[in-house]
Parts: sequence; structure tokens; C-alpha cells
Amino acid sequence: QTGPTSNWARRQSSVAQPSLHTAQKPRKGEHKWAAVVGLEIHAQISSNSKLFSGAQVCFAAPPNSLVSYFDASLPGTLPVLNRRCVEAAVMTGLALNCHINKKSLFDRKHYFYSDLPAGYQITQQRLPIAANGHLTYCIYLGKKPSQVTTKTVRIKQIQLEQDSGKSLHDDLRSQTLIDLNRAGIGLLEVVLEPDLCCGEEAALAVRELQLILQALGTSQANMAEGQLRVDANISVHHPGEPLGVRTEVKNLNSLRFLAKAIDYEIQRQITELENGGEILNETRSFDYKLGCTMPMRDKEGKQDYRFMPEPNLPPLVLYDDTSLPRGADSQQVINIDQLRDMLPELPSATRERLVQQYGMLPEHSFALLNEVGLLEFFQNVIKETRTEPKKVTNWVLNTFLCYLKQQNLAVSESPVTPSALAELLNLLDRKAISSSAAKQVFEELWKGEGKTAAQIVSEQQLELMQDQEALEKLCQTTIDGHPQVVMDVKKRNPKAINKLIGLVRKASHSRADPALIKKILERKLSL
Amino acid sequence: MLGRTLREVSAALKQGQVTPTELCKNCLSLIKKTKYLNAYITVSEEVALKQAEESEKRYKQGQSLGDLDGIPVAVKDNFSTTGIETTCASNMLKGYVPPYNATVVQKLLDQGALLMGKTNLDEFAMGSGSTDGVFGPVRNPWTYSKQYRERSRQDAGDDSHWLITGGSSGGSAAAVAAFTCFAALGSDTGGSTRNPAAHCGIVGFKPSYGLVSRHGLIPLVNSMDVPGILTRCVDDTAIVLGTLAGHDPKDSTTVRNPAQPASVPGGMDVSRLCIGIPKEYLVPELSSEVRSLWSQAADLFESEGAKVIEVSLPHTCYSIVCYHVLCTSEVASNMARFDGLQYGHRSGVDVSTEAMYAATRQEGFNDVVRGRILSGNFFLLKENYENYFVKAQKVRRLIVKDFVDVFESGVDVLLTPTTLTEAVPYLEFIKEDNRTRSAQDDIFTQAVNMAGLPAVSVPVALSNQGLPIGLQLIGRAFCDQQLLTVAKWFEKQVQFPVIQLQGLMDDGSLVLENGKLTSASLTQR
Repeated sequence: QTGPTSNWARRQSSVAQPSLHTAQKPRKGEHKWAAVVGLEIHAQISSNSKLFSGAQVCFAAPPNSLVSYFDASLPGTLPVLNRRCVEAAVMTGLALNCHINKKSLFDRKHYFYSDLPAGYQITQQRLPIAANGHLTYCIYLGKKPSQVTTKTVRIKQIQLEQDSGKSLHDDLRSQTLIDLNRAGIGLLEVVLEPDLCCGEEAALAVRELQLILQALGTSQANMAEGQLRVDANISVHHPGEPLGVRTEVKNLNSLRFLAKAIDYEIQRQITELENGGEILNETRSFDYKLGCTMPMRDKEGKQDYRFMPEPNLPPLVLYDDTSLPRGADSQQVINIDQLRDMLPELPSATRERLVQQYGMLPEHSFALLNEVGLLEFFQNVIKETRTEPKKVTNWVLNTFLCYLKQQNLAVSESPVTPSALAELLNLLDRKAISSSAAKQVFEELWKGEGKTAAQIVSEQQLELMQDQEALEKLCQTTIDGHPQVVMDVKKRNPKAINKLIGLVRKASHSRADPALIKKILERKLSL
Repeated sequence: MLGRTLREVSAALKQGQVTPTELCKNCLSLIKKTKYLNAYITVSEEVALKQAEESEKRYKQGQSLGDLDGIPVAVKDNFSTTGIETTCASNMLKGYVPPYNATVVQKLLDQGALLMGKTNLDEFAMGSGSTDGVFGPVRNPWTYSKQYRERSRQDAGDDSHWLITGGSSGGSAAAVAAFTCFAALGSDTGGSTRNPAAHCGIVGFKPSYGLVSRHGLIPLVNSMDVPGILTRCVDDTAIVLGTLAGHDPKDSTTVRNPAQPASVPGGMDVSRLCIGIPKEYLVPELSSEVRSLWSQAADLFESEGAKVIEVSLPHTCYSIVCYHVLCTSEVASNMARFDGLQYGHRSGVDVSTEAMYAATRQEGFNDVVRGRILSGNFFLLKENYENYFVKAQKVRRLIVKDFVDVFESGVDVLLTPTTLTEAVPYLEFIKEDNRTRSAQDDIFTQAVNMAGLPAVSVPVALSNQGLPIGLQLIGRAFCDQQLLTVAKWFEKQVQFPVIQLQGLMDDGSLVLENGKLTSASLTQR
């Protein structure tokens, strides 16, 4: 394990709580610790049926309603590989720059657990479907969002394997309830090399992976629904010395907890070692309420998984354009090259395109991709308006996204359609309304009463005053009514003219163009 | 009618000489009369009668489903059968009623066969005597034959020296040998179909691995298990194989290729055959009778113009040890699912889940099963895996290569003994433990499973004691049809005698219309 490690003492994580770092700040020049973090990520494959059985895959179905005889491990049942899951693994491997193994193997991993009916999990231990890739992600260097730099984490391998069922422990009645709906769903286990050094890096790498999986459609990767689960292997050492003993923190199911758990565990290990203690090679869980990691009781003792080849599945053989047998039944073979051609645009490419095509700031391209459906919304607005992209970006990222966040809505649940926003921006672009009027219109649109932007503008008389005479009159009335301000203006108080403009605008119910008002006022006051 | 072969009775059904219901009732009555054999664990009388009724309707409407329509068959109790208890002769699965049919069972039923019941075996098919099941040992019908009684001077009233059937498909072999059905399914992992077939004087066929679906067969060793076929003649095996063979989408290890034809040609030109006699199979433990019959059989082929040559399978001596390592390893893995949670036996111990697992498995499995699980888990431990499992797999490769080399050198079929001796009395058999017996009894058969080849045991002659002796023919992978063609020719030459079941012939249950009772063409020298 030769992962680059950066100096923990110097690094500050913006995700983790600062108190964790200040608590054990090493004295200058001695005992600098470096943390080494590797991740194992389990992504549930988005497929209609399970990895080796025909049972349906569906979140939150009634317990044990989606269980085939194979999933319940009835004796005599055999696994039959789901083509869709293999394709998902190949696509993910390609997207993560992996080498796709033309031949991969399945193995049995044995352990007794109540939600593992067969007593073993079918996985790919010896020869996985994909290996030796890398994932590039971005990290913010300082407080300013524009200081973005890219980092790379190597991917050791991607393997296909079965998910287990779910156990619910009822300690009160000392019972365990088992739901096998999840048992046998296809998982992609993505194993990252220990190239990460803190919680923030881990969270950002996983976030990027999540976006890639979603772009590919190979996993919905929703952490809250358990479609993406992360285990972290963590150790600390002095740079230049051998790696320390590692612990594994299991089942981290949100990015925030992932970052917190890793940073906590790093600090715990440092404290332990500095106090003369030792780190045990153990499995720990993260208690999100207490914000700390603890040893997992049921994982005590050394496990020997007694791996063995799965005898019921022949080797998984994949083809490419050159190796595809002539006259092969396309239903029976998988062509890697064909899948490569079908890969959609990946997030990094999308961001680059946004920056180039629309002159967007990199951080804005990140923001657009960070929310499901936001990019599509943005692109649909762009299609229907001549407003410059920068303005559209601002509207979408500031106004639109703020409203969504305030009400905790997804883009798909927005009451404002891309067309409605585009129409509003067109009115603004034509100078038919002022930008503050536009905000008012947007607020009306958000109520979702079915009115168009134009209707709202006309109903509430929000169009800019085009009548020069009326505007002149309004300016004159304001000048006459505020002699003190006029005096200030004449004394060359620079703020005073703005105050006067504001008063005129207020009198016009924000319908007057400030630039125009300024011109009239300057003329009238002979400035 | 019960004494006939499947092919003959099928013709009789078509000609209306007998109805499926009559046939079914006769078999059921014979099952009851031979209950002392302990061949069946479950007799599915109601199911069989209902199936017979439906078959009868089809015959009346001239819509017979084919050769198997209305034919009584039996199935080893390690094949899943919808609605019929499937126990594997283990406490672990007592009361377990599968919700689905094994593919091979479904195929038989789809052809109109009548399921008479589920036959006895060694627990989870682990054994070579059919003596180690929770329902007790199976008795060899030849114990009660006129031939054995006369030659071994056994008193008809005294059956304390009753004989084992061999195993683990002993129930299926006894069921076919005692005329209670016309064909039975066995399973064959190291010889479990061929061994009892040889001891019971019937044909026992192990198809090429991948030719017949294992879906629904409760596994012993997935990489070696195959459903086996037990019948009273080679032709009948061919008919059943024709129904069973073929790719099954539910078993990814079955091959996609055209199904084998349902029959094998009668005439064959033996002079174009090359028969290999593997010299490593001539072991000191081989009984002189078997050895002599083996040699006569070779002479028989030669005298008919076949080229008979001695060949070498140099890694044979390592085979049984490797088989033991690979078998127990897969057993340890396959048996992991029996934890008392989803199905089968569950212990009352509820201190913790782990304690429940342990007690369930202690109560559910016999010593043989537990012993194999223990050794299998030992071989799979991280520290042992390379030294045992991987090494055994490498040797398995060499064993496969031995066979490939021999067949590539021009040999068509190998001729070997099936067993070391004829069937031994139960009291004799249990003097050695299951492991020792399995190692002895699988000696000529398990290498074939390691290599996935087709093999068939054909009954050849009676021993001095009046007990059947079988010889084994081994074919090239997926040349099952060629193998059966040779076996049929061989069967015709040897004219193996029909069992004379004293009690049954005396009371008229069994009328042997084509009893070839006289002389075998192979005689003891």
C-alpha cells in the first residue's frame, strides 16, 4: 500500500468539525501524523430483478414479498446470472477507467448470519469483472470556492456480488425479524486504494462516484435508501514509516457521517497512540448521535470466510469487437465495445462542457450537477431564452435553487417550469420589467397558480414605465418633496443621488428603470 | 406385466393391453409387498393414482404424451418434488415439502410418467451403502432371490445376513430391481448411481456433466453431481435420458446443444471400436470373480473384432484423496444453508441465534454429514486452502487430462469394474466406517465424476454366491449416445439373468414373461 498521504497535522477539513483537530494539535516539529483512508463502496445495481434470481427489485416493498426460492436458499436452487447487472458492472468499470476482465469468476464467501440464508455470499474475490481504474474528483483548497483542484484516487477493483437481507433486532422481546427482499440484489463493490487522507476527501470522492453512477444509470446511489453504502479502512502513521494498524468503520450511510466518522476515527487513533495505546485491527460502527465510532460486538473474533469457487456458475466471459465469435447470439454475449459506445456523458465532461459552452465558473458547473435534475432544468431554460447564460446560471443557482432548498423540494417537484422561468427572463431581457419586479414575478410564479409571467406582470402592473412624461413628472414631484436630499446632492454627496433614485422608484412602485431616472434627475438638477 | 422393461410396457400401454391405472395399482401393491426392502421413504400413492387417471384419459383420447406416458417411476429423495416431502434421509429435512419440482422431475411428469414415491438413500447422499439414512438401511432384493438363496445355501427363513444395495441411490436401485417401478432417478456424485446398480443387477447410468439439469437436486458436490438413471435395460435408460437431457435455463452449467436422441441403434459394428482397459484399475482389492469377468468382457469385445488395448490413467491413485478434499469442501459450503431459519429442522435451543444454529445442526445432521462438514471447513481455511483445495483442483485437472489423453489416442470407450466385489451383508458392511467404505466403493467410479464423463454400469453375470456383478463403460464427454450404444450391444451379449424374487413369483405378483433365467454367457472360470 503506497497511497500518497498528506500531512494530517497541516490539513484542515472543511467538512469535519474543527474542534476535532484543535483538540490534539501536535507540538511544532514533532509527531506529525498522516492518515491513510481506503474505501469499500457498495452500490446497489439499478435493475428490474436480482443478480441471480428473477425476483423483483423494489425499495420499500412489504417485507419478504420479493423473495424467490433461490433468494431464500431453498435446497436445489441454482444461481442464474442477470445480464443487466453484468452490463451495469462493465459500464461502471469503463466510466471509472478500469481494465475490464474478459474472464471473471464467482466465489463463495462463507459466514453464518441470519439475513444470509445460504450461509455464503456469492462475490468475485479472485478475479473480479473490472480492476485498476481511477476516479478523479475535485477538492476546494481554501475558503474561496474558486480554488478548486483535482485529485485522483486509484480503484483497485469492481466486483459483482449479492446483497444480504435485513435483520431487525427486537431487543425487548429478544427476537430478530428478517426481511429477505434485499437478499440477492446485485451490488457493485467498488474498492478504492488507500489514497485518501481525510473525511472530506472521502466524502468528495464518494460524491463524484455517486454522480457517475447516476449519470450511467447503473445505480440510483441514494445513500438514504441504502443504495450506496460505504465502509472505510482507516490507519494513521508517521510519514516515512510503515502504515499503522487499520480499523474498518462499517455501514456509513450519508456523506456527512462518512466524513465525520473518518475524521473522528483518525483523531481517535492519534490520541490512542500518543497516549501509548495501541490500535486493534477491528470493525467499528459510527454512532451518528454521539458522533463517535465504537467496536462492533457481533464482529468480534477473527473471521475466516473460507472462500471457494462458486461451482454453479461457469466463468463470466465478455467479448469485444475483435474477440466476438462470428454469428454469436447477441442475447448470449456481452460486447464491451458496444457498451463503451453507449456510455453517456460523464459528470466531469459535462462540467467542462458547461464551462466552455457558457463561460460558466467551474464552481457553478459543480453546483448545477450537484442537484438531481438541475442541469436539465438549466438547459431547458437556456433553450427558450436569449438571456445570456451567465444570467440564467445566476437565476437558476441563486433564486430557483434557494426556493427549492427553503421548501426542501426536488427539482422535479418545482412549481416553476423551465419555460415559465425562460419567459420571465425574456421579459427581463427585453427590459419590459425591472430585475426587482422580476423577483416579485418569480415569487408569484412559485405559488403555482397557473399564471404566466406576462399575466402576473400585467395584473400587478409591474412593467417598466415607458412614458417619459409621466416619469419626468414623478421625478419633479420627488425633487420638490425632498429639498434636504436635493441639497445633499448639490453638495456632491455621492450617496444622495442614489437615495433620490430610490425615492422615485418607490413612487413608481418599482416600475421605473433606475438608469433612466438617474438621467432625468441629473438633467433636472443640472449636475 | 411388471417384469417387462419400460419399452415393452410402453408398447403394451399403447396397444391397450394394460391401462396406466392397472399398472400403477400393481406397482403400488408390489411396493407394499416389498416394504421390507425399505426402498421408499415416501410412497406417493394418491399422486400416482391421480396421474394414472389423467394418463388413462389421454390414452383413451389417443393423446398419449409419448413413451413415458403412464409409466411408473421412482425418484431419489434428494430431488425436490412439489407438495411431496423431500428429506434427503435426514432429520434436517424431515417435514420439508418443496414448493417446486426439480427440472428432471418436471420433465418426467410432463411426459406423463407416474411418480410412485421418493426412494431411500444415505443421508444427503453421503455414503456408498444406503445404510446411513435416518430412515434405516435399504435391503438388496437379491437377498431374497432364488439365485442367491440356492447358491449361498441361505435358509429362506433366516435373513440376518441380508445384503446392502450399495449407494447412495440404493432405494432407487432396489425399487427398480424389485419391479416396483420401471425407471428411477438417482444421483451420482462419486458413483452413487452406478454402485447400487451393480449390486442390484440393473443398469445405472451417469450422464455427462452438463447434459442433464441439476436444478432441484439437493446438492452434494455441485461440480460433480449429476442426476443418474436406473433401469432394467440400456434401452430404457436411453428413453429416459432422451426426456431428461438438454439445456435448462435454471442450471447455468447445462450446455446448449441439441438433445440426445431417445433411442440407441440396435445393431452396431463392434469391429470399429477401440476399447481401453485402464491398467491402474487392476487393484489388489479387486475380487477374483470381478477380475475374471472383467477380463472375459474384454475378450468378448476382442472376439467380436473390437480393438482392445491396455491404457494408462496415471493419476488414478490420487483420485480418491482429491475427491475427498473437493467433496468435503463443497459439502461444507452446501450444508451451510441448513441453519434452521428458513426451512427444515429447528432446535428448541433459543439462548442465542448462534446457539440455535449449533444445536439445529447437531440434531439435524448425522455423524457422517457433520464429519464431512468439519473436514471441508478445515480444507477451506485460509491457511489450508492452497495446500489442500487448490492442490486437489490441480490434481483434478491431471485426472481430467488422463482421460482426455486416452480418448485422444483413439480409445472410444473404457471398460472397468464398477465395484470391487459383489454386494456384502449389512453386518459385514458396517464393520468399517462410512469414510472407509466410501473410499473403497467409489474407487472405480469417482474419477469419472471428477472428469465429468458419461459412464454406465451394466449387469454382467452372477457371482458364485448368485449375486450380480456389473462392469462399467466410460465414454467421451457428451458422447453419451455412443456409450449407450456400446452398452446395449454389450448387454445383449452377456444376457444377464432376471432376478427371481421368490415370494413374489410364488404368490403370482410377478410373472416373468421374458425371464432370461438360464445361463449367462459369461461364466465363472
